[in-house]
This record gives sequence, structure tokens and C-alpha cells, in this order.
Amino acid sequence: MKGNVKSAARKFIYRESTVGYVFALPFIIGFLGFTLIPIVSSLYYSFTDYNLIQKESWIGANNYMRLLHDERFWKSLKVTLRYVLLSVPSKLCFALFVAMILTRTTKLTGFYRSLFYVPSLIGGSIAVALVWKELFSRKGLINQILGIVDIKAVSWFGDQKMALIPLILMTVWQFGSSMIIFAAGLKQIPGTYYEAAKIDGANRFRAFLHITLPGLSPVILYNLIMQTISAFMSFTQAFVITQGGPNDATNFYALYVYDNAFEYYDMGYASAMSWVMLAIMSLITLVIFKSSKHWVFSEAGN
Amino acid sequence: MNSKTRKVLNRYIYHVLILITGFIMVYPVLWMISGSLKNNTEILNDSLNLIPPHLRWDNFARGWKGFGGTSFRTFFANSFIIAGISTAATVLSSACIAYSFSRLKYLGRKLLFTLMIMTLLLPGQVLLIPQYVLYNSLGLVPSIIPLILPHFLGQAFFIYQMMQFMAGIPRELDEAAFVDGCSKYGIFSYIILPLLKPAVITTIIIQFYWKWDDFQGPLVYLSKPQSYTVSIALKLFADSSSATDYGAMFAMSTLSLIPVFLIFLFFNQYLTEGISTSGLKG
Repeated sequence: MKGNVKSAARKFIYRESTVGYVFALPFIIGFLGFTLIPIVSSLYYSFTDYNLIQKESWIGANNYMRLLHDERFWKSLKVTLRYVLLSVPSKLCFALFVAMILTRTTKLTGFYRSLFYVPSLIGGSIAVALVWKELFSRKGLINQILGIVDIKAVSWFGDQKMALIPLILMTVWQFGSSMIIFAAGLKQIPGTYYEAAKIDGANRFRAFLHITLPGLSPVILYNLIMQTISAFMSFTQAFVITQGGPNDATNFYALYVYDNAFEYYDMGYASAMSWVMLAIMSLITLVIFKSSKHWVFSEAGN
Repeated sequence: MNSKTRKVLNRYIYHVLILITGFIMVYPVLWMISGSLKNNTEILNDSLNLIPPHLRWDNFARGWKGFGGTSFRTFFANSFIIAGISTAATVLSSACIAYSFSRLKYLGRKLLFTLMIMTLLLPGQVLLIPQYVLYNSLGLVPSIIPLILPHFLGQAFFIYQMMQFMAGIPRELDEAAFVDGCSKYGIFSYIILPLLKPAVITTIIIQFYWKWDDFQGPLVYLSKPQSYTVSIALKLFADSSSATDYGAMFAMSTLSLIPVFLIFLFFNQYLTEGISTSGLKG
């Protein structure tokens, strides 16, 4: 009897589905505990007034109504969108351009790629953010260089119109990882296509337009989505370099959420903002995916 | 000028132009390193000069002292502990989950896989507030637990990457081992895991360096200087002393980048492959 139970237990433990669940268990726990439950419970908190200390109190859609009338919220949304629209396309163009230049293989190509990749490697660090802040400070290097060509020193972080520029430049500067993905994509395009185009008398520009771009379109889609999401979520650089200022000119969405949550301890409001962020991100991703049907080509047609 | 010399000339122009652009690209880094060996006056008034007039190593000694009675020794140790544990946990849990998703058949696998892809696209920022409220209600704030616990439960990015790698491991190997009496557990330990080595190395270096650079996590979850990581410490160090001591700030900034540069130097190839197979933020 005891042996029977034991062998049944053995059989159960070694059954393929059991093994499957055992190995998937970390994901199941993680998904439920650290993704689903927090998201759902934050939906609840978004309808409450909650400051972490006192018990939350239900206030209906008040937080969402407040968002509609919150000028700082609208400004942060506008600033973030402007930042995304200005930084992501330039970053991708730059990445593609350099990737194409580096397809010419020489002994030094690997070294060059590393060189251009360095900013991406360290760009997310606080060290580089601090350096960036000093580079663009009033007496910083950038102003000194401008001074050489006789341009008056710019108050990068004191001028509402200028403050976004150092942050955009910093993002574009880190084009290295997009470049590497483009380089891998370029390798996939068969050289025979270009030879055929050359025989047909197409110049380089036409070859780029009709071979490179379509061939690369799945990679462009991937880069576009990943970079858009990560730019939309920018936090650290602005937090360190501009603190959102001057006058909220660089107060990115993530920064404003952070302030509401951890400066004002307005967790209900911050939860509502997180949900709005989720909705916006889903919408943007969806739009990019939907539009991709018209411009992404795949050989097998899937 | 005949066509051959023109070709050679073109080649030189190509290399020179790339080198100039590359130099501009890494200039901020060189500027930081040079700043770590200058004093304040030299940084402010002689900023274009990359070569420090005197090598002021004392910047490092002054910076290393840190602030509030806690030295950078502690901050580096904290960063290594947090990044080390998180990385080891990510490798193990993600490999298990990837094995389950790519090699085993059971009810609900497709659903789980779909959920995993969804979390892959879900930006971490969206989860920050909800997770904070959860950890707070569990009494885990402030502590390092929120920073490492999620890594024991798999990271979608690496699960996906490992699954792609596993697709290239021939199933015949699994079958042969199965015929020889190896259980599904054994197949993971003796066949899949050893063959997964390149993907594991990629995971180790990328996860380590993400965690090393992480700023918002420690900012939200740590509150005592004794538990600060290097990234938080650097920011506070700059806030407290930037008005007076740029040299020390650049010295500590330079030190904070050394682990990342070492990884890059030794594992460059794995890093590049990891990025091009599945993409890398930044």
C-alpha cells in the first residue's frame, strides 16, 4: 500500500505536465504577485485618496477628474511627447546611418562599432548624467566651444526653450544599441539584391529606398517600439540633470508620477497617473503595430 | 590622379572621418576621466584641455571618503551584493521558465507564454507605484528585498532570449537522454543548462550591468546611507559637494563605470550578440 502511494507520487512528480508547472512556477508567482495583483490593486487605489499612512478612502473618479484640470499633468504629457518625437526619430536615423557606414568591413570595423557603442553602454549611469550636467552648465564645455565660434553662452538649464535640448542630445548620443540591431538586420539582406539593382541601373539612393528600407523594416519596427517605450518612460536623466525644471519645461511624465508618489505621498493620484500611462503606452504600441502592416515587409508574408 | 590612388585616398578619408566622429562620441567620457585628475580651477577654466596639467590622485582619496560617515567602499559593496544576487537569481529562474515554455507540454503553457510576452512589453514605470504600495503594505520598505526579490521570479526579457537560444538546441538530444532513462528534470540539468552557456553569459553581463546602473529602484526603496548603492551615492555626493569639489565627483564617477567597462572589455562579443538577437534598451 505504502509502496503504491510512493510510486504514484513518483509518477506524478515525473509527469511532463508536473515538471512543466514546477519550472514555470517562478513565472506564475511573479506574474500574479508582482504584476497582476499590483496592477489591479492600483486600479482600486486610483479611485481612492491614499497617503500610505492612513487607510485609503474611496473618492470615486475624483483623481481622474483632477488630472483633467491639472495643468502640470498636461504640460508633462506635452513635454514628454515632444521629447519622444524629437529624440527617437533622430536617434534611429543616426543609428541606421552609422550602421550602414560600418557595413564596409575593414580590420577596424569591430573597433569602430565598440567606439560608437560606448555611449549606449554607460549612458544610463548616474556618472554620465552628472558629466552631462557639467558639460552644459553655464561655464561648461559646450558654452566654451560656442564661445570659440563667437556664440553667446547659452543658459541651457535656465531657459525653458533650451532645457530639453541637452536631454534630447543625450538620448541621440546613445544610438549604439539601435545601431547594433540595425547592423545585424543589414547583414540579413542578401547581397544579390544589390547586384541585381546595380545591373538594372539603380543608383545607391534608389537601392537604399527600395531594398535596404523594406528589407530592414521589421528591424525598424522593433527599434521604433522599444525606443519609443523607453523614451516615454525617461526618468533618471531628467531627475539628475534638470530636476524637471525650469518651470516644468523638462518635467517628464515619469518624473511627475514620481513627485506625486514620493514627494507629496499622493499615492491615489499617482496610481491614477500610472493607469493613464498604461493606457497611453498601450495605445501608442497598438498604433505603431497597426500602422506597421502598411510599411513592414516580410518575405514569407507573415 | 589614377583610380587606384583615389581609392586609397577615399579609404583614408573614410577612416579619418569615422575616427573623428568616434572621438566626439567618447569625448564626454574622456572629459570625465581627465576631470577626475584635475582640481576645480583646472576643470572650470581649462576645460578644453583633456590632459590634466598635474595628476591629482588625491581626488580619489577625497571622494572615496563619501559622505555622512559612509565611504564608497560600502556603496560599492552594496552595489555588488544587489547586482550579484539579482543576476544569479535571474539566470537560474529565467532558465527554468524558458525550459518549461520551450520544451515541456502542459495545459496553459500557451497562455503563460502570452502573458510573459505581455510583461515584456509592459514598461517598468507603470508598475513602479503599484509595486511600491504592495511592498510597503508587506513592510518591506525600506529594504533591499524589493530590489532583488523579483529576480527570483524570472525576467521576461531574458526568458525570451533563452527560449530563442533553446530553439537551436536539437530535440534529439532530449529524446536520446529520455530513452536512456533521464527524467525531464535531468534533461534540464544535464543537457539544456550546459548547452545554454552562451545565453547564460549574455544574461549575466546584461543583467549585471542593468542592475549596476539602476537608479530609480534604489532611490525609491533605500533610505539609509549604509545601504545605498553607488548610483544613489553618486547623486547625493554630487548634490552635497558639487559646488565645492568637482574633481572628487568625477573621480567617483569614473570608478563607478569601471565594472561596466571591464565587462565590455572582456565580454564585448557576448554583449553585441545579446543586443542583436533580442534588443537592448538604451
